[in-house]
Amino acid sequence: MTDVLNALTLLGNFLIIPGLTYGSQLALGALGVTLVYGVLRFSNFGHGETMAFGAMVTILVTWGLQSVGISIQPLPTALLAIPVGILVTVVLTLLIDRFVYRYHRERKANPVIFLIVSIGVMFFLGGLIRFIIGPGDQIFFDGTRFILKAREFKQMTGLDEGLSLKMTQAVTIITAVIIVTAMFWFLNHTRTGKSMRAYSDNENLALLSGINPDRVVMITWILVAALATIAGTLYGLDKSFKPFVYMQLLLPIFASAIVGGVGNPVGAIAGGYVIAFSELILTFAYKKVVLYLGPESMELESLVQFLGTDYKIAVSFIILVIVLIIKPTGLFSGKTI
Amino acid sequence: MSFLLGEQMTGGYGAADILHNCSIGVEKGEIAVIVGPNGAGKSTAMKAVFGMLPLRQGRVMFDGEDVTQLKPEERVVKGMGFVPQTHNVFTSMTVEENLEMGAFIRTESIADSIAQVYDLFPILKEKRKQPAGELSGGQRQQVAVGRALMTHPKVLMLDEPTAGVSPIVMDELFDRIIEIARLDVAILMVEQNAKQALEIADKGYVLVQGHNRFTDTGEALLANPEVRKAFLGG
Repeated sequence: MTDVLNALTLLGNFLIIPGLTYGSQLALGALGVTLVYGVLRFSNFGHGETMAFGAMVTILVTWGLQSVGISIQPLPTALLAIPVGILVTVVLTLLIDRFVYRYHRERKANPVIFLIVSIGVMFFLGGLIRFIIGPGDQIFFDGTRFILKAREFKQMTGLDEGLSLKMTQAVTIITAVIIVTAMFWFLNHTRTGKSMRAYSDNENLALLSGINPDRVVMITWILVAALATIAGTLYGLDKSFKPFVYMQLLLPIFASAIVGGVGNPVGAIAGGYVIAFSELILTFAYKKVVLYLGPESMELESLVQFLGTDYKIAVSFIILVIVLIIKPTGLFSGKTI
Repeated sequence: MSFLLGEQMTGGYGAADILHNCSIGVEKGEIAVIVGPNGAGKSTAMKAVFGMLPLRQGRVMFDGEDVTQLKPEERVVKGMGFVPQTHNVFTSMTVEENLEMGAFIRTESIADSIAQVYDLFPILKEKRKQPAGELSGGQRQQVAVGRALMTHPKVLMLDEPTAGVSPIVMDELFDRIIEIARLDVAILMVEQNAKQALEIADKGYVLVQGHNRFTDTGEALLANPEVRKAFLGG
């Protein structure tokens, strides 16, 4: 019995809690990608850098707050700085839309052109971020590190394995739940949210119904900037802030959006967790779990791992390819690309 | 002058004109029907009246005002409602949300209008929480017409409202359209089912290759041997 509990604790500590955290980060990122796809009808490759930009502004504001001694112990100060980060990122996305995307929208450009333009935006933003904050690693986490320490858990339960819950993990999961709930409430119960869905569903009919496309586009960018800043900051808090990491995050984020059904917000959330858990389940070393559950005298040479952790990124790529071959519309039937 | 009048309209999508000197008009409380063979420019004529086709010549008068230069969405605000032939509902949204979106330009309470649409199409009340994309063809058309009615249009334009529905549903839809006309709404519609449509029409336009070929009351057109022979199958 203790062995089973030990095995479960092990899985909880190294698989379930990290999976929920990473999944929440991907879900928020994928939600932004799917909104742009649903309303503006293109794959926004600049989204990763938008996340990095929002996180960067939040970090700069966090440092400012820290230097004047403002904090919200035990929570990280960055939470206090996020609204400013969102505001600046909203201004950025609206400026980019005004000076880059609007031109192509007015000419009714092909989605492929938008996609390539968004890659240009990605490189521009990447450069801008490196100019401002540098390419290095930035640590901006403060506040209490652990809500539950492994040692305390062991003392509490008498198990050999410990379960720890980091503050950043709890903050990430709770924030994601709040943001996603608010987002769905907005999309399903407000006039503006419904007009966004209508525009995404049928642009011409939305026009005939008197829905102002410029306003829908503006609100979409505001939401995307907010989601990107929150997702970027949460990721930075949990891991650390390194500009190039956000570019690498693009793949799992796009995989999440597509696996769930691109253009479908529910799908983006589900996709985020599917990708996160797949990555962890396939690269987790089950050796100790097997030892706990197996017979007393069992000995294992290998780590009992499906794939080395170096293959993490490959997992999302493989899932992406499988989904595109078998069910291109994704789990929740979004639009096909 | 008619309440809504597309006068001597000439124009097309590219270099070649589809409409040639074509005139279409309708009065309040009246039903006007545009019929003609395939490719006669029926839908094009209606789109021209609604501003979805650039006109090289001619003008569109609505309620005593020249609206030729207005975009379709601006004409909606003026009181023109349009039901496209296809893609005329928000498939991922519920019936009720479709109606709400139809009334997007209105700031006052829309509960009365929704109730009115439900009175007209009782089945929609039953299905109001269901996504419009899951409804049958006939029910979808009802949603489409209901959505357009939500703006309280003074003129309602329908592009082949009975396309792809069964004859029973078609009769039912025509009955509803007559009811809408009784509310003092001008109705302009394009129809494939020429005979049935002319039976309920106050005015009929027979178009051939973008020209007005015959223009008369629905009754007179049905009685006209030439029209019968060429367009109504004898």
